[in-house]
Amino acid sequence: MKKSMQEMRVVLRNAGKIDPVKVEDYVAQGGYKGLQKALSLSQDQIIDIIKNSGLRGRGGAGFPTGMKWSFTKGVSADQKYIVCNADEGEPGTSKDLQIMKFDPNSLFEGMAIAGFAVGATYGYIYLRYEYPSLFPLLEEALKNARAKGYLGKNIMGSSFDFDIEIRSGAGAYVCGEETALIESIEGKRGEPRYKPPYPGVAGLWGKPTVVNNVETLVNVPQILVNGAEWFKGIGTAACAGTKIFTLCGNVAKPGVYEFPFGVNLKTIIEEVGGGVANGKGLLAVQTGGSSGTIIRADQIDMAMDIDNCAKFGASLGSGSVLVIDDSNCIVDLVNNLMEFFVHESCGKCTPCREGNQRLLEFNKKFVDGVGTQKDIDQMLSLSDTMMQAALCGLGQASPTPVVTAIKNFKDKYCKHAEGGKC
Amino acid sequence: MPNITIDGQNLQVAEGITILQAAQKAGIKIPTLCYHPDQDIKANCRICVVEVNNGRLLVPACAGTVAEGMVINTNNARVRKARKNILELILAHHPQDCLKCSRSGNCELQAITQEMNFNEELPYELAVRNNGIKDLSSVSIVRDPAKCIDCQRCVYACSQYQTVNALAQCGRSFESYVAPPFGVDIADSPCINCGQCVQACPVGALTVKDDTDEVWDAIESKKLVVAQTAPAVRITLAEALGEDPGVVSTGRLVTAMKRIGFDMVFDTDFTADLTILEEGNELLQRVTNGGVLPMITSCSPGWIRFCETFYPDQLDHLSTCKSPQQMFGALFKTYYANKIGANPADMFSVSIMPCTAKKFECKRPEMCSNPGIPDVDVVLTVQELARMIKEAGLDFKNLPESEYDLPFGLGSGAGEIFGATGGVMEAALRTVYEVVMGKPLPSLDFEVCRGFEGVKEASVDLNGLVVKVAVAHGLANARKVMDAVRAGTADYHFIEIMACPGGCIGGGGNPIKNWAKMEKRKEAVYKTDKESTLRKSHENTIVDALYKDFLVKPLGEKSHHLLHTHYTPRVFK
Repeated sequence: MKKSMQEMRVVLRNAGKIDPVKVEDYVAQGGYKGLQKALSLSQDQIIDIIKNSGLRGRGGAGFPTGMKWSFTKGVSADQKYIVCNADEGEPGTSKDLQIMKFDPNSLFEGMAIAGFAVGATYGYIYLRYEYPSLFPLLEEALKNARAKGYLGKNIMGSSFDFDIEIRSGAGAYVCGEETALIESIEGKRGEPRYKPPYPGVAGLWGKPTVVNNVETLVNVPQILVNGAEWFKGIGTAACAGTKIFTLCGNVAKPGVYEFPFGVNLKTIIEEVGGGVANGKGLLAVQTGGSSGTIIRADQIDMAMDIDNCAKFGASLGSGSVLVIDDSNCIVDLVNNLMEFFVHESCGKCTPCREGNQRLLEFNKKFVDGVGTQKDIDQMLSLSDTMMQAALCGLGQASPTPVVTAIKNFKDKYCKHAEGGKC
Repeated sequence: MPNITIDGQNLQVAEGITILQAAQKAGIKIPTLCYHPDQDIKANCRICVVEVNNGRLLVPACAGTVAEGMVINTNNARVRKARKNILELILAHHPQDCLKCSRSGNCELQAITQEMNFNEELPYELAVRNNGIKDLSSVSIVRDPAKCIDCQRCVYACSQYQTVNALAQCGRSFESYVAPPFGVDIADSPCINCGQCVQACPVGALTVKDDTDEVWDAIESKKLVVAQTAPAVRITLAEALGEDPGVVSTGRLVTAMKRIGFDMVFDTDFTADLTILEEGNELLQRVTNGGVLPMITSCSPGWIRFCETFYPDQLDHLSTCKSPQQMFGALFKTYYANKIGANPADMFSVSIMPCTAKKFECKRPEMCSNPGIPDVDVVLTVQELARMIKEAGLDFKNLPESEYDLPFGLGSGAGEIFGATGGVMEAALRTVYEVVMGKPLPSLDFEVCRGFEGVKEASVDLNGLVVKVAVAHGLANARKVMDAVRAGTADYHFIEIMACPGGCIGGGGNPIKNWAKMEKRKEAVYKTDKESTLRKSHENTIVDALYKDFLVKPLGEKSHHLLHTHYTPRVFK
């Protein structure tokens, strides 16, 4: 008999245990020990620890965090910034909300360590507009942390200054893309910039800027306290540490769960989520958010880490797991997703601005039962171009549900093409 | 110096250049749309994507830079497929009515469609951007959103070159479009009518308002149709008709206009000379009598509207002189009408200008020397005159030359250089120097005033009085100077400001430009001056005669009524 799944809470370790706005509560749980440790080390030593830990970005792309920091550390500038990407706009993802709601100080601490490591004295939390309850909570928590000397001038008696400001998003999905986010903080239209230069070299106000996801930063203090080896011991060889998964859709027990990387998707859905809700059958799962892959029920026996997912033709992305029961229609689902991307494309580059609308139009033909094989060919050809030629991750990833749905549910599309419904 | 391979060719290229530049060096043309040689890289149209090191993503050649060992493919099956798909997306959101588009034959989208050998049915239903409703509110510029391809070149021109920000990307995604922000029409936006957006547009989404019909009608009517041609027109007209940039066509221009049916064709260089006498004396008066300094030129109507809009508290600095166009218009319908015994209401006055803002200027209510009768009835840009010449079936290249009509047919080289940035300043210095010093200038060429540097400064010693001057062109540069004027830190006596980058030869009504063409135009301006026998405004004998016969003296009462004007602060809600 299989043992029931146990969560492993590294990032969410304090959730429910402390009053989130009280810095004393956080400190009582060992909070700010990571920062204290960091202040006793050199910048390079900290970056080496993060590099050795194998920490990778939790926003979706999985870029090695230590390497990202080393780029910014390596540039000399009169001002550098730490920007926390808290614009958690990926549909079906709610992890950053939970972290910030239950343990904001762990984020502040992570940002301060990042700041010290790269030579930044100021940080911004770019907070999702749709999280209104978090604004007063974070402000209160910041105020208390400052009052106790964990932020502001001469932090913890050192010569290091670091403070944090909260900036609100305005509801645009694309502002989760790091350069669009930076444009938005600068007060401009949320549109991605051409890279290079990367933000690490020229980011906010043209200054070297580290942009990290909430979950990434919250791992940092724990790594400082417990060491790189400890962190590497969690998860898989390529993906160290834990990952927070948001289990949603037609699942019996939706929620936010933290597991070491490498956890089996099937296990998450069946054991943690209690399987498909209301006794229905499993049709499909979409992993990694709206621009993630749509896979069949027979494809879910898969270890969830970034590289393994990719190997299986799936995506881990933000850690969202959308369970789709067999009362749904894949073609309808894709239509819904493409409507989302048509709404959220910023309109800057041709492939995304024009392409998403055209993919939607073609998909609609199948919804209406008038699609043809030629239409499928055109959808795949256009998707291919968008994935290679769009300016930012939004347009490069938005065709993923189309491509994977056609690949994994070709029979459904064929049925629709013949005028039928699935 | 990185070694790269591009389409199988090995070559060494300069460090830091873009793939597009490297391809040019290798003799390979990559299609572009949002790329403009005079603008920052936008990398948004994606038509220039190429394959680099067989990478997962294609790279826009306009933005990607070369690196050692880079292997670039600009024309393999993968790249061709992506480009074709992107072109199809653009074409499916653009009207297919090239036959009657004013940019046909001169449209970058049309050109790359041809070059890419695209001749298939589009796989998409044709869509119309922004409901296709044209903005006809401006007297200078027509915005046709249906033709817009969202490349943002106009936005860049308006914001970065001109700092006017009358255009922005509005809306999102498939529904995004370029327009004045917040849903206002161009006429109600801060637009200053300069037409730099038209110059930047690769397609026919932004064009100059066409007023040729009004002129054809006037020619058919019984009215006396008199015309003036600005200094820059003779520089850019031939280019507009397919000749090389910098081909000067003064004599052919007069012939063409006569054949089209203009009764009299005069030279705005004449009133440029007149402007120098009025403005030069105004400067001397301000310096002597403790008037408001620095004094700033007022020839450029785009600049005037910019000052009225963005520096309404600084209008005292503007010279009260009308522009040469409006001085001309005022003299036409007063002095000249009287001289030939014509009723001003039976005269039709047309200006041929490199400028789209002149269309706005001639409609300013204060520009009527006779109540209710505009001094200038219609302004045609160089582009519009070129169209009339084509319509009339004239073989412009082979036309014989003619002289301007008299009396207003004599202009100096000083008047001619009004066409390039720094020209008004140089012309003024030639005259002010000789008036103050009472002796001829050792050299007429004020090189410091010339060229395309954004802000130029000079000082001239006039018997111990050191006159400090500055020249700015393009409104981003004007803004720098004006911020200093507002802060009280600009210790100049006299400033020349032209709205358009490069001055009038870079005006919005010219053929589509870039800085390479501008260099040729500029050379032509100074060559024309150099070859003139008359190079100083105060030596224009007809201007002299005009004062003796009519105006009496610079800044006199008649000048005050006819040649000077006032300005209005413009406030935007």
